[in-house]
Amino acid sequence: MSALPPLTTASAGNTKLDLTRIRAEFPILRQRIHGKPLVYLDNAASVQKPNAVIDAISDCYRNYYANIHRGVHLLSERSTIAYEGTREKVRALLNAASIREIIFTRGTTESINLVASSFGGSTIKIGDEIVITGMEHHSNIVPWQLLCERTGAVLKVVPFSDAGELILEEYQRLLNSGRVKLAAFVHISNALGTINPVNTMIDLARARGIPTLIDGAQAVAHLTVDVRALNCDFYAFSGHKLYGPSGVGVLYGKQALLEAMPPYQGGGDMISVVTFEKTEYADLPNKFEAGTPNIAGVIGLGAALDWLNHLGLDAVAAHEQQLLEDATAQLLAIPGLSIMGTARDKTALVAFTLHGIHPHDIGTILDREGIAIRAGHHCAQPVMQRYGVPATARASFAVYNTRDEVEALVKSIWKVKELFA
Amino acid sequence: MNDLRDLYQEVILDHNKQPRNFRILPQPTHHADGVNPLCGDRISVFLDIEDDIIQDISFQGAGCAISSASASLMTEALKGKPVDEVEHLFEAFHTVVTTNAECPKGLGKLSVLAGVRNYPSRVKCATLAWHAVRAALEHEKQPVATE
Ligand SMILES: Cc1ncc(COP(=O)(O)O)c(C=O)c1O
Repeated sequence: MSALPPLTTASAGNTKLDLTRIRAEFPILRQRIHGKPLVYLDNAASVQKPNAVIDAISDCYRNYYANIHRGVHLLSERSTIAYEGTREKVRALLNAASIREIIFTRGTTESINLVASSFGGSTIKIGDEIVITGMEHHSNIVPWQLLCERTGAVLKVVPFSDAGELILEEYQRLLNSGRVKLAAFVHISNALGTINPVNTMIDLARARGIPTLIDGAQAVAHLTVDVRALNCDFYAFSGHKLYGPSGVGVLYGKQALLEAMPPYQGGGDMISVVTFEKTEYADLPNKFEAGTPNIAGVIGLGAALDWLNHLGLDAVAAHEQQLLEDATAQLLAIPGLSIMGTARDKTALVAFTLHGIHPHDIGTILDREGIAIRAGHHCAQPVMQRYGVPATARASFAVYNTRDEVEALVKSIWKVKELFA
Repeated sequence: MNDLRDLYQEVILDHNKQPRNFRILPQPTHHADGVNPLCGDRISVFLDIEDDIIQDISFQGAGCAISSASASLMTEALKGKPVDEVEHLFEAFHTVVTTNAECPKGLGKLSVLAGVRNYPSRVKCATLAWHAVRAALEHEKQPVATE
């Protein structure tokens, strides 16, 4: 990576991103949509990929692809080294104690299902309670509901305020029942943008001996995550929201817990000895990685992490916060527009509704202006129910977005109002 | 903006703002809900059928302009029609919103939704109320999904 030119320039003491250079690294951003320059503001759903990632995947397939962990031949060795290299990069990203604590999955959803099935299935019993929050993505609701159905455990939900902030007194009250066996909550809400006080929430759970799982799908691309400082038991995220490819994700788990947990899936790579009488499982992390994984995808994720490190998460976050400020101020000036999620601590996304105009119509009209936003329930239907709306429109920002794009968004929303006037 | 006017025609904007037959029938002979899982929109339809004729029809629910206007226009089109005509009209309507075929005669005002054909992601919005009516006629208990 040292061959890369710097993407940041020092100006007036603080680091500024060179947006022209950054945008040039994303080939997809060059195109026009319905004749207009693409303004991609659906980053909370998935972000676009820089050349570094596209090239790393292509390089793997072109030059050294083979199955990992099994060949004595050179290509297999090279693929294995690159694949395992990403594991170390993820360990460093999260500041985990050991690469044994980094499990590759298909994404956040599979990471959470792994914990629900393996940890939940082996420790949670009838009458136990699992605490989640009212602002979870469906992927941190449904696996627990399925577990509750199987075991007779009960799901408890922490409510949140109109601003979109969790009510911590309620959280504490729920933790105090003496029956809670796990607290699972979202680090940053994809529907509201709220950055939850996970530090405090983990401490409150730990003080009662309750393990915690954090859904970090929206967090890792926007803020520094240190699992040892947080002291959480599990942390889940997806590669595709972190400038990496889709179909690969990560589960971090504390080694002692992962060692005690039964395997999630059975198959190749997760065993040490198989006879028809008995199978011995492989050590961590392989115990939880049955079958041939997404080899090129994991390698692509490694390239994404290098790329992001090179930019520096702090500079990225500062830029995105500026966009959030701009967008919030300009959007609020539009009559009839309400923003859903106004937490003090918020990531760079704005979910909104326009009086009398359905988000779906906003989405279609913006698309014709070249602007990609998300319109719908964002896989968080309980959040929509909380506010009594069927859906919201959501603009979410990434490192390559510009203030001009915020303006284009705002202008187009005025056009929506005109059309529906 | 011009091609957007093909989708959002005046008639559609009008029916969206002032949907016709937008009420609950107190004692419908047939009733069903339609859900569009993509956006969470939910529309309920109510029918009063006597002697195989749709004597009355209405709908309720929140939806986008396309689904609301389509539901409203549908109720106007179906009121007073024999039940067997529902399938014919639906097929003609479906053809219009999903293909480039010419508008069949007899579709009347429903043809204002033809612009939807250029917006494939919106076809489900346009057909939501129709799916609900067909489900109601089949006496389905579960809300139907458009997927
Ligand atoms: C907060 C949150 N959790 C979980 C997920 C699920 O991630 P994936 O679909 O990559 O498994 C998402 C993605 O939309 C999300 O935003």
